Amino acid sequence: MKAEGSFAITVAGLTKCFGHMYALRQVDLAVKTGEFVTIFGPNGAGKTTLIRILSTLSKSSSGEVSILGSSPAKEPESIRRQIGVIGHNTFLYEELTAAENLKFYGKLYSVSNLGQRIEESLAEVGLSARAADRVRTFSRGMQQRLAIARAMLHDPSILLLDEPYTGLDQHAAHVLSEWLSRLRKESRTTLMVTHNIERGIELADRIVVLRNGEFVYDHLRKGVSAEDFKQIYNDLVEGKPGKHA
Amino acid sequence: MIFSMLVFSLMVAVIFNFSFPPGSEFIDDAAAGIIWMTFIFTSLLGMSRSFVREVDKGCMQGLLLAPIDRVDIYISKMLINLIFIIMVEVVVVPLFSVFFKINLFDSIGALSAVLLLSTLGFAIVGTLFSAIAVNTRTREVMLPILHFPVSIPLIICAVQATNAVMAGQAWSVIWPWLKIIIAFDLIFFLVGYLTFEYIVEDS
Amino acid sequence: MEQNNRKDIWGSLLKIGVFVCMTVNIYLVFQFAPQEQSMGHVQRIFYFHVPSAWIAFLAFFVVFVASIGYLWKRERKYDLVAGAAAEIGVLFATLVLITGPIWGRPVWNTWWEWSPRLTLFLVLWFIYIAYLMLRNFVEGEEKSARFSAVFGIFGFVDVPIVYMSIRLWRDIHPSPVVGGGQGSGLHPDMTFTLLFSVLTFTLLFLFLLSNRMKLEKSRIALDDLKRQIAF
Repeated sequence: MKAEGSFAITVAGLTKCFGHMYALRQVDLAVKTGEFVTIFGPNGAGKTTLIRILSTLSKSSSGEVSILGSSPAKEPESIRRQIGVIGHNTFLYEELTAAENLKFYGKLYSVSNLGQRIEESLAEVGLSARAADRVRTFSRGMQQRLAIARAMLHDPSILLLDEPYTGLDQHAAHVLSEWLSRLRKESRTTLMVTHNIERGIELADRIVVLRNGEFVYDHLRKGVSAEDFKQIYNDLVEGKPGKHA
Repeated sequence: MIFSMLVFSLMVAVIFNFSFPPGSEFIDDAAAGIIWMTFIFTSLLGMSRSFVREVDKGCMQGLLLAPIDRVDIYISKMLINLIFIIMVEVVVVPLFSVFFKINLFDSIGALSAVLLLSTLGFAIVGTLFSAIAVNTRTREVMLPILHFPVSIPLIICAVQATNAVMAGQAWSVIWPWLKIIIAFDLIFFLVGYLTFEYIVEDS
Repeated sequence: MEQNNRKDIWGSLLKIGVFVCMTVNIYLVFQFAPQEQSMGHVQRIFYFHVPSAWIAFLAFFVVFVASIGYLWKRERKYDLVAGAAAEIGVLFATLVLITGPIWGRPVWNTWWEWSPRLTLFLVLWFIYIAYLMLRNFVEGEEKSARFSAVFGIFGFVDVPIVYMSIRLWRDIHPSPVVGGGQGSGLHPDMTFTLLFSVLTFTLLFLFLLSNRMKLEKSRIALDDLKRQIAF
């Protein structure tokens, strides 16, 4: 048993049900500090539900969750301060400019030295030239880059990514991957859910498969090639049709 | 938004004027009611938009992920609605005074108190209900259906208090109405404060 | 299974109780209670009007309590109780609004009078019609339950404020005639009939509530079965 402190995220016996439908059943997961974990799974496997519970947006039905030693149910605000979330939506206000969006969210997170921080963030995602333009005029890829800047503004130690590649063109997806690999070197803990196998596997330290609300595969990335994994994934997900009680 | 509210407000006021024969004496008795009908419709117009951006563009999640108390979202939305409606009222009330030939400025203090406290009540209830209505299939229809019946006491008291102010009646006549308005504001602010979290939470 | 049977015994007892009380109640209202001197036979509608008002209030109070219960415990049964009670409440509030004018026509010489209590019921009727509409216009059971619980709390908290404001606005309704005060002038047989009506209507309320909930539970079970077949 390792000391609790070396895990950024621990989940034990996590269950979430909507009425009689189970989204997650008795899920266990421990993510080490600095680890990059990718969770694969078909639609409806419970991936988004898991991210929502970890990011304090949803409450679990039963089970224990601990993020950096805090419980999402008891201390949601201290967790929210330390996580950065990128989801299906960009969370950006279209009528505001790029800089205004960052300023608004920066104030919500009480980021210190905000003006300078905004300039740095915009430069990091290559949007300095468009700082004063309204987000409405941005392409999907540019919006996603701004969403990244928004999620990183308060320097979170854990990143939760929910299908970040959805709707991105090749170029934007490439930018996202490069940025994620740079973050990896900074040893931030990252949890990504996706059904895009190529993109998901390239950065992961560890790969996990979620099916019908249960983990059915959990393996270190090292020694598993993308081809092998594709075969495994197909067997797991498409080979056996999901069973429903 | 504030501009459309202002234009709408003026149009409603003028249209109400046409519902009376020229030079009618009824208009003095009905003026308070017309003023409030105008403000109620205007405030519904503004408040129905309170959470549209957040819900349609997913910004609500962005707000919910921020390390802030959820009730702060309610209070800020409510205050901005209040400020918008008050700004419209500041422009429209003097115009009413001209259109309907009523002198509203003799008792400007009492009038301001009635306007401010009643509008606050509308904003308190309306902002909360707009957070509900924006999640329903018939958004624009749902807000008035929820808002009108609950705010009936506020409408009665606001109209009667304004009537009393315009008739130049003593403070002792206005005060009982104002007391109910204040009770409405306090009680529903408390209920809204306690329940808002349940509306915005995702399951 | 055993528990189901036991529940059914209570259900049957309730059914029989409602039937017996209803029959006795009709006899009391039309034969036993003496005729009112100034109003005549029309006064007998009072034995339906007052209990209806009582049931509507009781039902809306049940909505209020069940709404708080739902937000607190998050169990579906609270939402079912709230929904069923609101429907019954609206039904009885409608009866109040119908029987009021029928009484008012000969007594006050007008169909509709903006008396505080009648106006209160009109407002209540609007609030709970809005409540029922909200229940139907929100997609997702959980969301619908959450929103209607919040509105159910708002609606009931509003009642005293509505009443205070209407009272201040206009008060011409006859002062309460029940309670047996010296000046009330209600014949003891009339009081007895009224109290018996209230008891009967309360049983009827419980009967309707339990049946409405049984129906809703069957509907949910059916939906679940359909969903399972669909997979």
